[in-house]
Amino acid sequence: MIEGISIYEILTLTTILFFIGVYGFITRKNMISILISVELILNTSVVNFVVINKYLYPEMLQGVYFSIFIIAVAAAETALAVSIIINLYRQISSVEVKDIEIMKY
Amino acid sequence: MNFSYTILIPLIPLVVFLILGIFNQRIKPAVSGYIGVFGLLASAIISFYAAYQYFFIGGKVDGVYQTFVEKSVWLNFTETLHIDMGVLIDPISIMMLIVVSTVSLMVHIYSRGYMKGDDGYTRFFAYLSLFTFSMYGLVLATNLFQIYIFWELVGVSSFLLIGYYYTKPSAVAAAKKAFIVTRFADLGFLIGILVMSYYTGTFDFETLNNPEGSAILNWASTSFMGLSVITWALILIFIGGAGKSAMLPFHIWLPDAMEGPTPVSALIHAATMVVAGVYLVARLFPMFYFVENGFALNIVAYVGAISALFAAIIAITQTDIKRVLAFSTMSQLGYMMLALGVSGYDGHEGVGYMASMFHLFTHAMFKALLFLGAGSVIHAVHSNYLKDMGGLRKYMPITNITFLIAALAIAGMPPFAGFYSKDEILVAAFQHNKLIYYIGVFVAGLTAFYMFRIYFGIFWGKDKVYEHKPKESPLSMTFPLLFLAFMSIVGGFVPFSEYITADKSGFEAHLNIPLAVIAVGVGLLGIILAWIFYKKENNLADRFANAFGVFYKWTYNKFYFDEIYLFTTKKILFKGVAAPIAWFDRNVIDAAMRGIGNKTVLTSEKIKGMQSGKVQDYAFAFISGVIVLAIVFIYIWTN
Repeated sequence: MIEGISIYEILTLTTILFFIGVYGFITRKNMISILISVELILNTSVVNFVVINKYLYPEMLQGVYFSIFIIAVAAAETALAVSIIINLYRQISSVEVKDIEIMKY
Repeated sequence: MNFSYTILIPLIPLVVFLILGIFNQRIKPAVSGYIGVFGLLASAIISFYAAYQYFFIGGKVDGVYQTFVEKSVWLNFTETLHIDMGVLIDPISIMMLIVVSTVSLMVHIYSRGYMKGDDGYTRFFAYLSLFTFSMYGLVLATNLFQIYIFWELVGVSSFLLIGYYYTKPSAVAAAKKAFIVTRFADLGFLIGILVMSYYTGTFDFETLNNPEGSAILNWASTSFMGLSVITWALILIFIGGAGKSAMLPFHIWLPDAMEGPTPVSALIHAATMVVAGVYLVARLFPMFYFVENGFALNIVAYVGAISALFAAIIAITQTDIKRVLAFSTMSQLGYMMLALGVSGYDGHEGVGYMASMFHLFTHAMFKALLFLGAGSVIHAVHSNYLKDMGGLRKYMPITNITFLIAALAIAGMPPFAGFYSKDEILVAAFQHNKLIYYIGVFVAGLTAFYMFRIYFGIFWGKDKVYEHKPKESPLSMTFPLLFLAFMSIVGGFVPFSEYITADKSGFEAHLNIPLAVIAVGVGLLGIILAWIFYKKENNLADRFANAFGVFYKWTYNKFYFDEIYLFTTKKILFKGVAAPIAWFDRNVIDAAMRGIGNKTVLTSEKIKGMQSGKVQDYAFAFISGVIVLAIVFIYIWTN
C-alpha cells in the first residue's frame, strides 16, 4: 500500500508496460530485443500479482510467492533463449529474425 | 440320407488351385501335374460314391427321386429373401457331377502329356483346378444367386484358359471376346434373377420349382407388355444361358475360344462349361414349363433349333479342325436346348427333358474325345488346318480308331452313345413340333457329313509327305482317348429314363423304330456323301464349292456375324453412344472435378505468403485475435 497512489494508476502503468512489451515483441528485428520485450511482458504480470495482492488481499501472500516463481522461471527461460541465440549465431553469424525463416511455406 | 460330404467335391479342387497358384514357380512341373490329377481323382471318387448312394441306395422314396439340400445362410436381406450357400443333390446335379469329374479327370491326365515342357505348366493346372471348382459349385448350387456367382467364376476361368498363351495376340483377343460376349449375356441373367426374386421373394430352386408352389401358381399376378413378369425373368435368364451355351446371337465367342490349349477346348468349350446354359434351363425346367403355358420354353426350343441348324451349316465349310468341332458343339448344344424346349413334364411326356440330359451326358463323352483326338493330331502335325493333314491313319492308329468311334457316336450310328440320345431327342421333337423335328433330322445328316469330312480329311485323303514323321501320342494322352471311347460306346446303354426325368419319377423309354431308322438313314447318307467327297483325293468338293459360289462364301465367313457385330459396336455403338458419353465425361464431369482441384491450388498459391515462418507475424495474428475476441466478449458482457 503506497499512500496517495491508487490501484488504478499502478494497473494503468503495468498495462502500458505490457503493450510496450507486445509492441516490441512484434516489431523488433533483433532476437535480443525480442527477448527483452518478453521480459517486459513477464515483469508487468509480476507487478500485477504483487499489486493486486497488496491492494485487495493485504493479509495474504500468494501473489508475492507467485512473483518469485515467475522471476525464477523467467531467469531459466532467459538462459535457454540466450543459449539458443548463441547457437544460432554460431551457425549463421546473425541474430536477426529475417535470417531464420527457412521454415516458411 | 446325408449328402453333406459332397461339399468336399468342389473344395478339393479349390485347395489344389490355391496350392498350385500360390507356390506356382516353386513346384516342379511333374509334381504339380500329379497334385492336379490326384486332387481331381479324389473329387471324382467322391462324386461317383455320391451318385452310387443317390441312385442305388437312398435317393428314392416311393419311386420319386428326392432333392437333398444342405445349406447355410450367407447374406441376409429380409426374413424370406436371403442368399444361401450350399449343395443341392438331385438327379441332374448328380449326373453333372459325373460328367464334370469324368471329363475333367481325363483332361487332367491328357494335359500331363499334351502340355509337357510348357513354361506355364503349373499355372495351367492351377487354372484347370479353378475351373473344375467353379463348375462343381455351379452344378451344386442351391439357389439362383449361388449359381450366378459360380457362373461368373467359370467365365473367369474360361477367360484365363483361352488367354493361356498370353503372348499370342489372337489368344488375348479371343479371351477378351469370350469374356465380353458372355458378360453381356450375363447382364440379362442378372436382371432376370433380380426380377424373379423381386416378384417371387426367393432365390431357392426348391421353392421356385415346386409345381404347387406360389412362385409357379401366381405367375399371372403381374404382367408387363402382355407377358407375365415371371416369363420375362425366365427369358432374361435364358439369355444368360444362351450366352454361356453359345446360342445364336451370342455364339461368336465359341469358335475364337479355340485359341486356348486343346485340352481346355475339350473340357470347357465342349463338355462342361458350355452345357451350363442347358443345365440352367433344366434346373428351372418346372418354371419354364408351367409359367404362361411354356411361352419361354418355346423360345428355348426355337433358339436351340435355329442354332443347331446354323452351326451345322457353317461347320461344313470350315478348314480349321478345332473350329469345325466348335461349331459342332454349338450345333449339339442347340439340340439339347430344342429337346428341353419340346419337353413335357409328367411321366413319358417328359421325354425331351430326359433326352436333353442324356444327350448332354453322351455328348460330353464323345465331344471331349473328339477334341482330345484333334489335340493328339495337332500335337503330331503342329497345325490346326485340314490342308496340313491327310493319311494319318498309318501313323496314329489309336487316335484314328478312337476318333472314328467318336465321329460315329456324334453322327448317331447305333450302337454308339449318340444314337440313343439323339433318337430320344427326335422322338420328343416329333411328338411336339414337326417343324423342329425336320430341322433336327436335317441337322443330324449335316452332322454326320461334316464330322466324316474332317475324319476322312485327317486320317485318309491324300498321302501327305511330312517333314517330321508324325508319331502316336504318349500313353498319358492315349489313355483318356481309350477311356472316353469306351464311354462313347457304352454310354448309350445307361437307362437314363429311369434316373433322370422332369418329374423325377422315372419311366420306361422305348426305341421308336421308324424314327430311329429315318435318323440313321439320314446319318448314313451324310457319311456316304463325305466318303465320296473326301475319302480319296479329288476335286469334287472344290467343284461343289464353286457351284454354290456366293452361298459357300457366306458360310465360309460364318454368315458375316463377326462383321455385323464389329459394325454395330465400332460404327454405331462406339461412335454414336460411347463417344458422346466419353466427351460428356471428359468435358463436364472430369472438368468440374479438375476445376475444383485447380481452384484449390490457385487459392493456396495466393495465400501461402501468410505462412511467413516469422514468429512475430504469428504473434501479431495471435494478439490481434485475442484483442478482437476480448472486445467482442466485453461488448456481449456489457449488454
